[in-house]
Amino acid sequence: MEVKTERFVLNMGPQHPSTHGVFRMRVTLDGEVVMDLEPKFGYLHRGIEKLAETRTYTQIISLTDRLSYLSSMTNNHAYVLAVEKLAGITVPERGEYMRVIMDEMMRISNHLAAIGFFLNDLGASVFTPLLYMYREREKLLDLFEMVCGQRLLYNYMRIGGLSHDFPSEFLPALKRFVAEMPAYLEEYEDLLAENEILLARTKGVGILPRELAINASISGPVLRSTGVKWDIRKADPYSVYDRFEFDIPTGETGDNYDRYWVRMQEMRQSLRILNQAIEQMPKSDQMNAAVPHFLHPPKGEAYGHVESPQGELGFYLVSDNSIAPYRLHIRAPTLINLTALREMVIGWKVADIVTTFGSIDVCLGEIDR
Amino acid sequence: MKLKLEHYGKGLAKGLGVTFRHVLRHRITTQYPEERLSVSKRFRGYRMVWDEERCTGCATCAKSCPQGNIEIVTSTKRDENRYVVEKFEVDTGRCIFCGLCVEACPYDALFYSREYECSTYRRSDLVLSRDQQKRTEGKELSAYFHPEIEENLPAQTLLLDKAGRRSQSLWD
Amino acid sequence: MNNLYPFDNYWAHFGVFAVVVLLFVIAGVMAFIYIERRGFGLFQMRMGPNRAGPWGLFQPIADAIKVLLKEDIVPDVADKVVHFLAPVVGFLPVLLIFAVVPFHEGHGLIPDLNVGILYVVAISSVGVVGVFMAGWASNNKYSLIGAMRAMAAMVSYEIPLVLSILGVVAIAGSLSMNGIVQAHDIPLFLLTPLGFLVFLASAMAEINRGPFDLLEADSEIVAGFHVEYSGMKFAMFYLAEYGHALAMSAIAATLFFRGWEGPGGQYIGILWFLVKIVFVFGLMIWLRVAFPRLRIDQLMGFAWKFLFPLALINLFIIAGEMVGFDGDIPWWMLFVNWAVTIVLVLVFSRAYRLGEGRVEVKA
Repeated sequence: MEVKTERFVLNMGPQHPSTHGVFRMRVTLDGEVVMDLEPKFGYLHRGIEKLAETRTYTQIISLTDRLSYLSSMTNNHAYVLAVEKLAGITVPERGEYMRVIMDEMMRISNHLAAIGFFLNDLGASVFTPLLYMYREREKLLDLFEMVCGQRLLYNYMRIGGLSHDFPSEFLPALKRFVAEMPAYLEEYEDLLAENEILLARTKGVGILPRELAINASISGPVLRSTGVKWDIRKADPYSVYDRFEFDIPTGETGDNYDRYWVRMQEMRQSLRILNQAIEQMPKSDQMNAAVPHFLHPPKGEAYGHVESPQGELGFYLVSDNSIAPYRLHIRAPTLINLTALREMVIGWKVADIVTTFGSIDVCLGEIDR
Repeated sequence: MKLKLEHYGKGLAKGLGVTFRHVLRHRITTQYPEERLSVSKRFRGYRMVWDEERCTGCATCAKSCPQGNIEIVTSTKRDENRYVVEKFEVDTGRCIFCGLCVEACPYDALFYSREYECSTYRRSDLVLSRDQQKRTEGKELSAYFHPEIEENLPAQTLLLDKAGRRSQSLWD
Repeated sequence: MNNLYPFDNYWAHFGVFAVVVLLFVIAGVMAFIYIERRGFGLFQMRMGPNRAGPWGLFQPIADAIKVLLKEDIVPDVADKVVHFLAPVVGFLPVLLIFAVVPFHEGHGLIPDLNVGILYVVAISSVGVVGVFMAGWASNNKYSLIGAMRAMAAMVSYEIPLVLSILGVVAIAGSLSMNGIVQAHDIPLFLLTPLGFLVFLASAMAEINRGPFDLLEADSEIVAGFHVEYSGMKFAMFYLAEYGHALAMSAIAATLFFRGWEGPGGQYIGILWFLVKIVFVFGLMIWLRVAFPRLRIDQLMGFAWKFLFPLALINLFIIAGEMVGFDGDIPWWMLFVNWAVTIVLVLVFSRAYRLGEGRVEVKA
């Protein structure tokens, strides 16, 4: 006897406790199994690319903060890199080291938040792992506040360097943080890395095949979890990354567990880079290059990209020798990573949509710009 | 046949152990109205402080604001050969706290304030007038782009200093 | 001891105890809400609520007042009668379980009911209907998914629950709750650890709590079957959830921890009972804090492939021991039982497989 079933359409709407922002998914379900998924975004569009055409080059830095708001230093860095390429400005060595230190601290802070929210979506009911990770993140945010006065949207990098030098108590505090962090990372792994429930929920779920990842130009930890060793810090080194020794962790199958594991290992590598950067940093005073107040770069175009915690963040800048750029385009890594969500989730259950979506680590500010 | 044992519950037991260890640790909550944290010396926060004697009414700050939040109206005073600033209003409701105005002032006349308890009941109260922002004794200034006052400010409370001590009492 | 039974009037005894049970449930639920929130704070290095009243003790009262004052919204397309009755059907069985729980030696509403534990099992199955009514009547796809999951899960976990209870009944030789408390000299969670583990897991799944709370998973289906409820009806579901937790803790304390017995048990039996209830609830909080959630097919697999065989084997072992020792198991058998438990858990873990669950979709 044939049982007659019917597919129904579920709208995981813009207001949902775990879509990491205002994001809408139109899911076709057959019982609990996902048949089709259509992402619909655009709820947070603020017109950043158009606004940038009417702001001077220094004012745009405060706009770029608000793209991927959890990793604001790398946004600043990518934009400033593009402008410096266009105008031919070199940053002195101390400035480059300071930028690297800020980037790696930002990477640790972002991964703590990303892993914490991923585990929250998995249902560690009253966000216990999230609170443990936020304790470390608070320490990092205190350090950021010491340097530039803000905890989330820094506006710290300037064209040709940075806005302030480190205060005298910053480096000792950073050394203390870096010394005690590996113990806390061990604790996080004890808490959840071998947990059977976590393994059952994430191993083998949401597999992204390697060919699809490369063809869809996915980047960042999502790409590295499928086994491709591609990191812009090693493939196209910017700033002073070619002076540091660090590894690139890669996963094997590209499932949710691999993405979680790659992020945990990347935090360890960031601690390694921080140690080396603190030791090698020159003590001179020169940290900013000489840049006119209202910059008029020569006519032309430039593309500056960095390895942000979400992937390859790029800024494409076209200038016509005036105060403001003619066109600014942002290559948002999370938007491009999101295009593979449908293939990852088809055939799995409703609970896995949220988990897989959380493991890509989206930030709606960047997707919708 | 080799008996390889994995996934028998060891991960679950470790998780229980870690959560239990946290019971014995220091509570890191700050009981707000009784204990307050000291914000950073370079705090970039909510209110501006305007030094009336140093300001010349050049409006460089207003030109550098990305959003146009600062409104300056001046009139001339010919016998003293200077501008008199009649209106200096900053709309802190629209402000994005980027700090470009403080950075731009050529006479070091604009400061950020270190207060953070600035809620109001109406949106229009967030537009601060020149009298509310005048620099007077007792206003806490932040050293953002003003390195000359940085030494005298109180140190920032860091979570690094607080966490890791032995636990305080359970019933607080 | 002053036994209230010599009220000449049957109705007076029932009247007094009905009021006592109702007050106990309400006070117990409020205490549990408070204990749970402070308990989470303890595990997460923060204070729980500590502003409403001294040490935050008035927090549950503040919650109750808030919920009473909210507007009662009924969706336009909902089935009004079923929507109204669902909280009632969900809450009533919880209250009825306390009729047979012995608070003290021979005291309770009907502590000597000779089918006590059977009554408990039967009544707690009725709660499932309440959940399904709520999910169906809301006319909302999220609630429907939640209700379907709830029904499948709650019905499946009845079986290991009943089997683990049967093990205890076999040792005690009687179905009445009072008889079970006085079954053995040492607490039964030491003598039959396998039974206790199976009971704890099944009970946590029955009450939709802890690692098995996918029915009200905030991060997926936004509160599941009670998403369309607000005001007092939501309060009924909330009360039902914590009341059910209270009931299961009370039953676990009676079955496995020897209820009101303890040093000086003649006079302060009820205090020991409360301490044991809070201890079992503390275990439930600990398990909830540490673990992520199971998915629905993993939940069903856990019930049918892991708990059910273990419960059956537990029953056979206990039956074998009772026959072998002629009805009186000596205390040193607990070492044998613990060894057997560990071996069984290790053996059954070989069947744990990862990476299953994907369904081929024909486009």
